[in-house]
Amino acid sequence: MDIRARQISRGKASGEALISQVPIGFLGGVDPKTGIVIEKGHPLEGRNVAGKVLVFPNGKGSTVGSYVMLQLAKNGKAPAAIINVAAEPIIAVGAIISKIPMVDMPEKDVFKLLKDGMKVEVDADNGKIKM
Amino acid sequence: MYDGELGEAARQSMEILVALGRIYNAEKMIPITSAQVAGVSYKTIGDAGLEYLQDLSAKGAKTRVPAFLNPAGMDREQWREMKIPEDFAKKQIAILDAYSKMGIMKTCTCAPYFIGIRPKKGEHVAWAESSAIAFANSVLGARTNREGGPSALAAAICGVTPYYGLHMKENRVANILIDVHCGLRTIADFGALGSAVGKLAKDKYPAFRVIKKADESRLKVLGASMAATGSVPLFFIEGITPEWSVAEDAQHIEFTEADLRAARKELDTGLKPDLVTIGCPHASLEEIREVAVLVAKKKPTCEFWVCTSGKLKADADRLGYRKAIEEAGGLIVADTCMVVCPLEEMGHVVTGTNSGKAAAYLPNLCKQKVAFGDLEDILFR
Repeated sequence: MDIRARQISRGKASGEALISQVPIGFLGGVDPKTGIVIEKGHPLEGRNVAGKVLVFPNGKGSTVGSYVMLQLAKNGKAPAAIINVAAEPIIAVGAIISKIPMVDMPEKDVFKLLKDGMKVEVDADNGKIKM
Repeated sequence: MYDGELGEAARQSMEILVALGRIYNAEKMIPITSAQVAGVSYKTIGDAGLEYLQDLSAKGAKTRVPAFLNPAGMDREQWREMKIPEDFAKKQIAILDAYSKMGIMKTCTCAPYFIGIRPKKGEHVAWAESSAIAFANSVLGARTNREGGPSALAAAICGVTPYYGLHMKENRVANILIDVHCGLRTIADFGALGSAVGKLAKDKYPAFRVIKKADESRLKVLGASMAATGSVPLFFIEGITPEWSVAEDAQHIEFTEADLRAARKELDTGLKPDLVTIGCPHASLEEIREVAVLVAKKKPTCEFWVCTSGKLKADADRLGYRKAIEEAGGLIVADTCMVVCPLEEMGHVVTGTNSGKAAAYLPNLCKQKVAFGDLEDILFR
């Protein structure tokens, strides 16, 4: 099944879905060396974002988070792709400078349709999420 | 630019602006006359930011409009006197070099309007420092959204910005109206007012009535304080700012003498500071003069800095204010400020300020206790 969505950062990639119902802040929230979520009490605490299709509502926290996403990419620990419900500038800029394909505004409720570990493709160039 | 015909740096920058345009439903891009880039201190952007800037400059990024920098984490010349750690200084210089290679002027000031960078009423710019945004929009009547570091940099490289928000006249309407029923005299008064109103306003646009007189140093602190405790990018003062437009259904607030006293008290721990920092945002020449006159009469009982731009530091030097300040045990610190330099690593515990903005940031960003008040109070407490 395809879900239509809006392109934020170009490209196409696939991986296993990793889902957070709450926002993610990359500065202090994700370790740039390992890709592991380190924010205390975050539902994804201890999980690794590397190579995953990361699904979450939107970013939060410091704008330096954009640069942390680039560090993750340089260390080979960035998510393969990102799906946001409503993109904001921190994650959008981070995805673009890190060349992580990203879409937002999915037409259907991704939190209902996607499950952790499910194989998902994000085709940002064509504005599509493929399950 | 979007298709890469002008190189990878311009392509990536335009991709950022297009994405932001999409997020905010902008219908087009518009040319800007200047960009002010934030994200300069090594303390705030760290190794991640340094790497990004070096990457972008290696890709051949060049600015297309005049662009200038927000403060760095240290005075470029007197960082040793400030007791900045050596390793920090190295990283800070590398950041400034990366920006400079892209053609960005190392003005390192949060108050570019005090060194002649003054866009005119109606002019579109892309500025990133929250207090400079408030000043440009409100006091100068220029038009800028609240840019982030990367988006202002992208705008500098592309020479355009997405057309939405405060670039559009119809959105420049105040939605909170404040009648000021108290005397406002000192910079600390304006800092306390801004601090209190920013908390109420959050991201709304305040309009003030019955403020009779306010020079640019006071307007600077008012806007900066509202941008720090809230995220206010635009305010009006009847009879003073070039624009005045208030929504019919604006929330109405009275600000009394008791409110001012409470606001001042809330910011002050009452402790004696071991360092007093003046100039948040960066001091005007008039503020530097006032300090010089004050400390020439009586030597302060603590260390003190006057933070300003390199340009005004040079002016203060020529006018003899620097000598007066240094003879009283103070420093004129250029290119940086108490908030973005690593104060917490320099042995300070209680920092004095007359700015509502510094009072808002010092506890979290620098782990400082705050002594808030007029200069005559905090310098001699």
